[in-house]
Amino acid sequence: MSDCMSSRRDLLKAAGAATLLAPGVFLLAAPTPSKARPEDTATDSSVRWGLLVDTNRCDQECTACVTACKEEMGLTGHGRPATDAQYIRKVEIAEPKTGFTRSLPVMCQHCSSPPCVDVCPTGASFKRADGIVLVDRHVCIGCRYCMMACPYKARSFVHETTTDQLPNNPRGKGCVEACTLCAHRVDAGIVPACVEACHSKGRGAMLFGDLLNPEHAITQVVAQHPTSQIRADLKTDPGVRYHGI
Amino acid sequence: MRILAALLIALSLGGLALPVLAGPPDVPKGAGEKCLADAATMRRNHMSMLMHRRDATMHQGVRASTNGLKACLDCHAVNDGAGQPVGIDSDKHFCRVCHDYAAVKVDCFECHASKPAAKKAAEAPAEAEPMAPPEAAQESGAATPPKPEGPK
Ligand code: HEC
Ligand code: HEC
Ligand code: HEC
Repeated sequence: MSDCMSSRRDLLKAAGAATLLAPGVFLLAAPTPSKARPEDTATDSSVRWGLLVDTNRCDQECTACVTACKEEMGLTGHGRPATDAQYIRKVEIAEPKTGFTRSLPVMCQHCSSPPCVDVCPTGASFKRADGIVLVDRHVCIGCRYCMMACPYKARSFVHETTTDQLPNNPRGKGCVEACTLCAHRVDAGIVPACVEACHSKGRGAMLFGDLLNPEHAITQVVAQHPTSQIRADLKTDPGVRYHGI
Repeated sequence: MRILAALLIALSLGGLALPVLAGPPDVPKGAGEKCLADAATMRRNHMSMLMHRRDATMHQGVRASTNGLKACLDCHAVNDGAGQPVGIDSDKHFCRVCHDYAAVKVDCFECHASKPAAKKAAEAPAEAEPMAPPEAAQESGAATPPKPEGPK
């Protein structure tokens, strides 16, 4: 394990900061198995789950993360892109003066001060102790205030009666839903589906881990390299960070 | 007198018809040794157990393979003629036999899957195939990912 870490560091040094972030070691390979929470115990605030996206690596054409998310969460559409549920989407950004473009995945940013939670009238939108922002769909009344409050356009509303849901993502008409950072996987010590797909099918542009754990690659990378939060000016303090934009 | 006779007849007829129409439901047997508690406790308290579990899982991320709705449905799957578990649309579904009888309506299955996940899709991934760090792929040269078009 330790040699894995050191080789990653060497690679980082060799590559230099701007062009290549090595997304080598992630949750599963994290050197502290103590964070793999035993079954039947609660999460706590000693953990802050985060994601880092290296936009220099993210391929414009690639939608592996989006596809993997749909598969994992059983998201079926009705061929209506404007209203079909999407937990993660690829966003193209461009600098008009220079023509510089970047493509990046945007999902729920798992803010530490989430506007969706502020506006929720029922307490359905909430933040877990470990930083994951969720909709408790048992409590959601479908008012969609949160969708309007979210600066990242991260949430979707289920407009139609839904059948054939997957056991790990119960979802139904009349509720708001969004990326759960794959809470069901993370609780079991597995990285989110998008991150897994990005490494197996894409270019490995996503890194998942605990931002409070100095042993985790993500923590080391964000400490050594410039990364940013989208709309940091809003002070929502997202747990999802981007490099290269 | 005549009224009483009619009443008696009606009552006895009703008495005859009742067991046929609505006997106590025949609850399908669960798989495995035993339930989370004895059957009487389960009958009486499963709703509050489920609600408690629901909140613990949603809000604290408490997950265990043995309780929770997913687990109930794994043990209490009822198979149809073809050996496939039935969904909530069938009146043989475990959660429907009593509820239909007692006129209880739950909305759980508008969202929750009412039968265990198809084995192929759910069991295999993630753990079977540990993820190799991307450097490994690059070093082996097998699937060299094209270099990103970073700032030149
Ligand atoms: C509007 C959709 C919706 C409805 C209706 C709904 N649930 Fe849920 N339920 C969810 C979601 C979403 C989760 C979170 C799943 C996860 O994180 O794995 C969940 C999780 C749970 C869990 C914990 C996970 C598990 O499998 O044990 C339980 C227990 C539960 N629900 C019980 C119920 C019961 C009982 C009802 C009916 C009274 C119900 N739910 C109705 C959406 C719904
Ligand atoms: C390990 C497998 C298993 C799991 C998990 C399980 N059950 Fe059971 N359940 C059984 C068995 C076996 C019985 C029959 C027990 C008996 O007759 O003493 C049973 C009996 C019951 C009964 C009483 C049925 C009757 O005969 O009247 C209810 C109600 C019930 N379970 C509900 C649930 C609910 C709700 C859950 C999820 C929270 C659940 N069970 C989870 C195996 C399981
Ligand atoms: C042994 C018969 C029986 C079985 C089997 C059974 N239930 Fe129930 N359930 C009842 C009865 C009776 C009530 C109503 C109790 C009351 O209203 O006091 C009830 C009520 C509920 C409620 C509360 C409904 C409400 O409106 O408050 C929930 C939730 C529930 N059941 C879930 C389930 C689920 C999920 C299953 C299948 C895993 C299941 N039950 C299987 C008999 C059963």
